[in-house]
Amino acid sequence: MPLQSLDIVRRSATTTPEPGVRRAYTGTVAKLIDTTKCIGCKACQVACMEWNDLRDEVGTNFGSYQNPADLSDRSWTLMRFTEYENPKGDLEWLIRKDGCMHCADPGCLKACPSPGAIVQYANGIVDFQEENCIGCGYCVTGCPFDIPRISKRDRKAYKCTLCSDRVAVGMEPACIKACPTGALVFGTKEDMREHAAERIEDLKSRGFDKAGLYDPPGVGGTHVMYVLHHADQPALYAGLAPDPHISPLVRLWKGRAKPLSLAIMALTALAGFFHFVRVGRNEVDEQDEEAARRSLAAGGKPEMRP
Amino acid sequence: MADVTRREFLKVTGATLAGSSLVLLGFSPTVALAEVREFKLARASETRNTCPYCSVACGVLMYSLGDRAKNARASVFHIEGDPDHPVNRGTLCPKGAALIDFIHSPSRLTHPQYRAPGSDHWQPISWDEALDRIAKLMKQDRDANFVAKTPEGLTVNRWLTTGMLAASASSNEVGYLTQKVMRSFGVLAFDNQARV
Repeated sequence: MPLQSLDIVRRSATTTPEPGVRRAYTGTVAKLIDTTKCIGCKACQVACMEWNDLRDEVGTNFGSYQNPADLSDRSWTLMRFTEYENPKGDLEWLIRKDGCMHCADPGCLKACPSPGAIVQYANGIVDFQEENCIGCGYCVTGCPFDIPRISKRDRKAYKCTLCSDRVAVGMEPACIKACPTGALVFGTKEDMREHAAERIEDLKSRGFDKAGLYDPPGVGGTHVMYVLHHADQPALYAGLAPDPHISPLVRLWKGRAKPLSLAIMALTALAGFFHFVRVGRNEVDEQDEEAARRSLAAGGKPEMRP
Repeated sequence: MADVTRREFLKVTGATLAGSSLVLLGFSPTVALAEVREFKLARASETRNTCPYCSVACGVLMYSLGDRAKNARASVFHIEGDPDHPVNRGTLCPKGAALIDFIHSPSRLTHPQYRAPGSDHWQPISWDEALDRIAKLMKQDRDANFVAKTPEGLTVNRWLTTGMLAASASSNEVGYLTQKVMRSFGVLAFDNQARV
């Protein structure tokens, strides 16, 4: 299995190469969330809390089955409930398990300024290393899915790890194991795509013409994918991004601005060096001092000599 | 040391500023190690059990501290579904998935309790006391109310004044035995907690 924890393919804010000779030759891992099979029981939420030793605060009901209301530093996954009235006038209860998508091209990692606070393992998991986190919140800005949350307790960012500790020893994530309807499945990304294709074929035969797989190419594909009944309108599912991309600001800052500013700094230093070599430092001789003294004594401003 | 000229001061300040800027811009790579959280079940004791909630009776695996050595006091710290159990094959519902907090709940009932007639509080009693009391009262009630024959002379052998509420998380075998025992007493009112 290519799942050793130190098989790192990318690290945030690091210019030295990653220890990345070991690759996922037998396939990267993926979680497939079949929204068409989900009954919204929240066993995945509970299993996540249980395995990761998280207990969020008890919230208040805001008129929805959705509980808690939003993701938090202690709620890494959440069933989002949407009541959608389709054009035929029927109510559809769309339930989507929200959480980190484990993008192949992670915006959080790109935006992160702290070396090694966000890493991407060879198996595809994007993981936060909280001890390196400086709590700046750039990952929140960088994420096209609005997933990371900064803890109010320790000012560090938290999100789903895809149970990297379980996957590293060859087990499935806790949420996948618990799911009683089999809406959550786990395996190699290739196998999950095949499984999804079968599901989509079945859904199409049942009248869901627009059923499809959500594996957005804008972020290089994801290691958490959805089977949607309305793949043409992902936004129906509690605002799932139709075409997610890393924010242009993050791309500009980390893509162009950084090397540009480095070049400007280097040029400034170089220009300073050559100025020093050719012109030298600005020296003050006895004549200048005398002129200054005279000028001051006369009550005027010291006259400048070129 | 105290004689720092203006020029020296500016030199040091400038160098520090330049240095820190270079570090911020990533010219000084720091060690960036990464490791996943330690796998917490590696050598924990694994115990099979049945979920105590509904009649589906899912199999669960309970993981406890220590390797069952004499001096290690076991305490369950993680529960997940049993993949080898034919009923649930590793899955659990949200209640089953939260069993760990059921075990460690401060309000969990861990011993029999008795509330005397007219009393306003429960008092803890031992299992022996509880079982003796149940047996005594059952016998008393059965002796007083057992019906062997109806007034018409029909043999019924029934005991209608006591009922049995069985546990849901019972195996087939336990269910069979419970049924046999209760029916042999003549108990007809027989229900199961799973229906509640």
